[in-house]
Amino acid sequence: MLEIKNLRVSVLDIDDSEILKGIDLTVKTGEVHAIMGPNGSGKSTLANVLMGRTEYVITEGDILYDGESIIDLLPEKRAHLGMFLAFQYPAEIPGVRPWQFLKAALDAKADSRGEEKMSIRDFSKLFDEKVEAVGINPQLVKRSLNEGFSGGEKKRNEMLQLEVLQPELAILDETDSGLDVDALRIVAHGVNSMRSPERSFIIVTHYQRLLNYIKPDVVHILVEGKIVKTGGPELALDVEKDGYKQYTSVGASA
Amino acid sequence: MATQNTISRKSDMSGQEYQWGFVTDIETDLAPRGLSEDIVRLISSKKGEPEWMLEWRLKAYRHWVKLNDAESEPEWANVKYPKIDYQDIYYYAAPKSVTEAPKSLDDVDPEMLATFEKLGIPLQERAKLAGIAVDAVFDSVSVATTFEKQLGELGIIFCSFSEAVKNHPDLVKKYLGSVVPYTDNFFASLNAAVFSDGSFAYIPPGVRCPIELMTYFRINTADTGQFERTLIIADEGAYVSYLEGCTAPFRKTHQLHAAVVELVALDDSEIKYSTIQNWFPGTPEGEGGVFNFVTKRGRADKNAKISWTQVETGSAITWKYPSVILKGDNSVGEFFSVALTNNYQQADTGTKMIHIGKNTKSTIVAKGISAGHGNNTYRGQVQIMPGAENAVNHTQCDSLLIGDKCGAHTVPYIEVRNPTARLEHEASTSKVSDEQLFYLRARGLSEEEAHHMIITGWSREVFQELPFEFALEANQLLKVSLEGAVG
Amino acid sequence: MTLAAPPTSVEKYAAAFESLSDSGTPDWLIATRLQAWANFSELGIPTARRGNELWKYTNLRPLADAGFEYGQIGPVSLDQIKSAGPWDDAWDTVVVVDGNFSAQLSSLNGTPGLTAGSLGEAIAAGTDNLESQFASLAGRENYAFTALNTAFAADGAYIGIAADTRLTTPVHVVFVTSDPTSSRATYPRLLISASSNSSLTIVESYINLSESSQLTVPVTEVFSDHDSQIRHYRIQIENEKSFHIGTARVNQKAGSSFTSTSFATGALIGRNDVHTQLDEPGAECTLHGLYMTSGQQQQDQEISTTHARPNCTSHQFYKGILSGKSHAVFSGKVVVERDAQKSVANQKDLNLMLSRGARIDAKPSLEIFADDVKCAHGATAGHVDRDTLFYLRSRGVDEETAKAILIRGFADEMLDEFEPAALREFVERTTDDRIATLLAESDTLGTV
Repeated sequence: MLEIKNLRVSVLDIDDSEILKGIDLTVKTGEVHAIMGPNGSGKSTLANVLMGRTEYVITEGDILYDGESIIDLLPEKRAHLGMFLAFQYPAEIPGVRPWQFLKAALDAKADSRGEEKMSIRDFSKLFDEKVEAVGINPQLVKRSLNEGFSGGEKKRNEMLQLEVLQPELAILDETDSGLDVDALRIVAHGVNSMRSPERSFIIVTHYQRLLNYIKPDVVHILVEGKIVKTGGPELALDVEKDGYKQYTSVGASA
Repeated sequence: MATQNTISRKSDMSGQEYQWGFVTDIETDLAPRGLSEDIVRLISSKKGEPEWMLEWRLKAYRHWVKLNDAESEPEWANVKYPKIDYQDIYYYAAPKSVTEAPKSLDDVDPEMLATFEKLGIPLQERAKLAGIAVDAVFDSVSVATTFEKQLGELGIIFCSFSEAVKNHPDLVKKYLGSVVPYTDNFFASLNAAVFSDGSFAYIPPGVRCPIELMTYFRINTADTGQFERTLIIADEGAYVSYLEGCTAPFRKTHQLHAAVVELVALDDSEIKYSTIQNWFPGTPEGEGGVFNFVTKRGRADKNAKISWTQVETGSAITWKYPSVILKGDNSVGEFFSVALTNNYQQADTGTKMIHIGKNTKSTIVAKGISAGHGNNTYRGQVQIMPGAENAVNHTQCDSLLIGDKCGAHTVPYIEVRNPTARLEHEASTSKVSDEQLFYLRARGLSEEEAHHMIITGWSREVFQELPFEFALEANQLLKVSLEGAVG
Repeated sequence: MTLAAPPTSVEKYAAAFESLSDSGTPDWLIATRLQAWANFSELGIPTARRGNELWKYTNLRPLADAGFEYGQIGPVSLDQIKSAGPWDDAWDTVVVVDGNFSAQLSSLNGTPGLTAGSLGEAIAAGTDNLESQFASLAGRENYAFTALNTAFAADGAYIGIAADTRLTTPVHVVFVTSDPTSSRATYPRLLISASSNSSLTIVESYINLSESSQLTVPVTEVFSDHDSQIRHYRIQIENEKSFHIGTARVNQKAGSSFTSTSFATGALIGRNDVHTQLDEPGAECTLHGLYMTSGQQQQDQEISTTHARPNCTSHQFYKGILSGKSHAVFSGKVVVERDAQKSVANQKDLNLMLSRGARIDAKPSLEIFADDVKCAHGATAGHVDRDTLFYLRSRGVDEETAKAILIRGFADEMLDEFEPAALREFVERTTDDRIATLLAESDTLGTV
């Protein structure tokens, strides 16, 4: 499904700003991968680069989605392919109703795939269902997109979009940060219920906490722009116990 | 109820559009260019006006001559344009000869047709807009007649200004110039002298007008000034919602539009006036386009309410300050505006809220969008007179800049003469952020769609004041007007 | 255009200008003065208000009609100055009487890195940069009052601070109008030059010791070199028959910071016209002020900031309290030029009106030409309502005290800005005195 080959990434227009220093990663269809790492390791950058954020520049390597390179694709084209990024800090957009926005996103995807657009009636039904499922305040989604939402509400709104858009590859960028246990369970429930042989997940997280609820197939440790270790779910427990220090250049040499 | 009777320009392509539109008669003869007493007399006589109307025009003309001699064309607005030669304009207009005009839609600039298509303007209307000599069979008139009966039963008068002068002289005499006197300003004087026609509405006491009245204006002829005049009177306890739409053909020379709108809201009445102004803005290179110098003002008596909503996307230059004189106690004035300038457009628009009565209240929500080389100015005045006990004003001005060649200006004037007043003025300037764009694009919207969604969301507070069908059109207009500015 | 009327009242100033002595004045300054006089002669006193944005709300006819004599009277005693305005023996104090530096009244402590004293002497001594600085920010433009001041520029105060010098004790410049029985015009001039990486606290105060109507037309030019920090205070407490039309022009280089707080209670018509030019990236300015007016007074705040380069920040925040038939004008302007991306600008004006007949005109405007900016402004006018007053009284505070507390509460936010202790003590005392006058002329406070 997704292959990342020797990916090197810098910040646009800033010298010596390399953040990702040769990432290799393959996610097969149906797998759940966790990418763990300390602050500043580059894991959020990786999530954003996968989705096509233009503040970063790929200096080397490639990203293949279903065997095709996507590094020259606009973010919207990647979305149409079935990619989804749950943002760590979703943007606030005044006056745009979440409802209106999601319908437009669904329509754009249907358009690009030559599929028929969902009727307003069906969409409305689906939307209400999902609003209830993710436990987001129905009053909130009648207002402005993310504007005036608390941190937790923003994350729930990201999950709402995930459930409505039903992507093939979902990347969750620190969706667990700032969530209380109830919200965490809702996120986990959402992901677990969507887990299927046709769908893959990349869960980017600092803590092992979320992985108590979502059991990953593969865990990668990303430190200083490189994947330093890959293993099974047990790897997350190592991190929980001993921290990231064992993997850092300073820690390793100590 | 009201909105159901409004015709959607988008959905109905049968040509049954602008039922409530009133269109200036197209004359076949043409007076010479320039302005003189003779021209004023000619206009009046062509329209078969009574002596009192001519006298009023002449007084206005003489006043304008004084202003013109003193070079008192207003210069304070933040707009730049070449000097207008008032002697080089046709004040009594007819279309150019049939041979010069395109003969059919096939002869019309395809880009222009594409734009009409996007706006959902029906075929027949497109032809008229393109300046084709169409037989002056205006479906709008006949359709209007069908409603005329229904309106007539309620005592509502809705007709052209000329008809009102003929058929309702007492009303016209009583209210004409009562809110915007012919001495008001340079352009208002000019309008009073030479106004071609316009709309007139009168809602009798206690009557709630069941449908939205609509006028659709357009400028047909090149080098013609358009000077329409609208007078709306809501008698005691009456209610009316009035819509005004404007377009002009694409021309590479400038056209002058100097309209006057007077609203009279008597005790306990309400007038809601919505405008979508889409006069030709000029080419992307800044050639041509309408100079839109408009005076709009309403007087609100006791407990009355006047609400202006405008979406200004057209015109090369917009100079317009729909205002409310809050004369009666407890009267309410509102102004909701979205003004967009793209390419080389300039807009200097805003409002005046003049609080005279006690417990008067005004609200101003003005949003300016600047793109391309556009310059957008909010200019507003809130005046609290000494007798306006407990007056309240809330003003909010937001500017959005798209690109780094445009400008946004906010110039509020707050004048308080009564210590019990409460006023708040807030303004902000922002841009569409990269974070917002990326967020929407990551969900599958194209850059242009994402921009459009962010901008219409930002404009929502104003759009939601528009009747539903008008709001759709406004939305669409923003999209078309911003083309090329984003992406 | 209609034929322009001859410039107003120029002839009233002509004789005084002709009487100016050129002896010892460098040629460049004579030329500057002549040019300034030529400008003023063309402009005259700006009495036309229609279409004149700068004077839309201010009627200068009384000023134009009045006649003022020119020239120093003196003498003035130090005790008079100390009792009239803020004072601290520890400060370096420069005293300027009727426009001329007074060595006798000044108290200068020989602080290292600080040049403080006569502007005339600094010019005569050929002080570095002074020739290029003088009138480069104010005096050559098309503005009657800076032209008038510059035409009469002979002396004043010069404050220079050397690079990397950081002063903690304030420097005080007192402009005094002496005690004549006649009406006089004075043209105080102050030039502040803060070199790179320096830091300075300066108090600029205007007092007059006269009961008769005076005209004071001060000009202050501030040069704030890169990474310098200037903390500036301006005190204007002239008598209520006088005209005070002040202008300050500030030029800020990269990373510099200029913070100014004004306190204005004096003059019949008082104007504080400040413009800060954020000329290089990373400069920051904060312009604050408190004005209180009563009787027939008018106070104008004409405050503008130009963001010329990226990453600059500006704050404008003024508060006014009005009573009697007085009038206040706040005209704030922020210009963000095309190149000034990442600008942050705030603008705010809050007013408290205590009486019928008082009048506020506010014009907080923004002109933005760059898209990546954060600019916001606000203005409010309001009054103390019955409920608030009742609340205090229900807690056992008598009515007069309650009213004074409310007014003082409104002012405190600005009074807190005055950091030097002697200055703080002075503005608090003056405010409390003023509150008594304001209350005496208030007819609406807590009544509606």
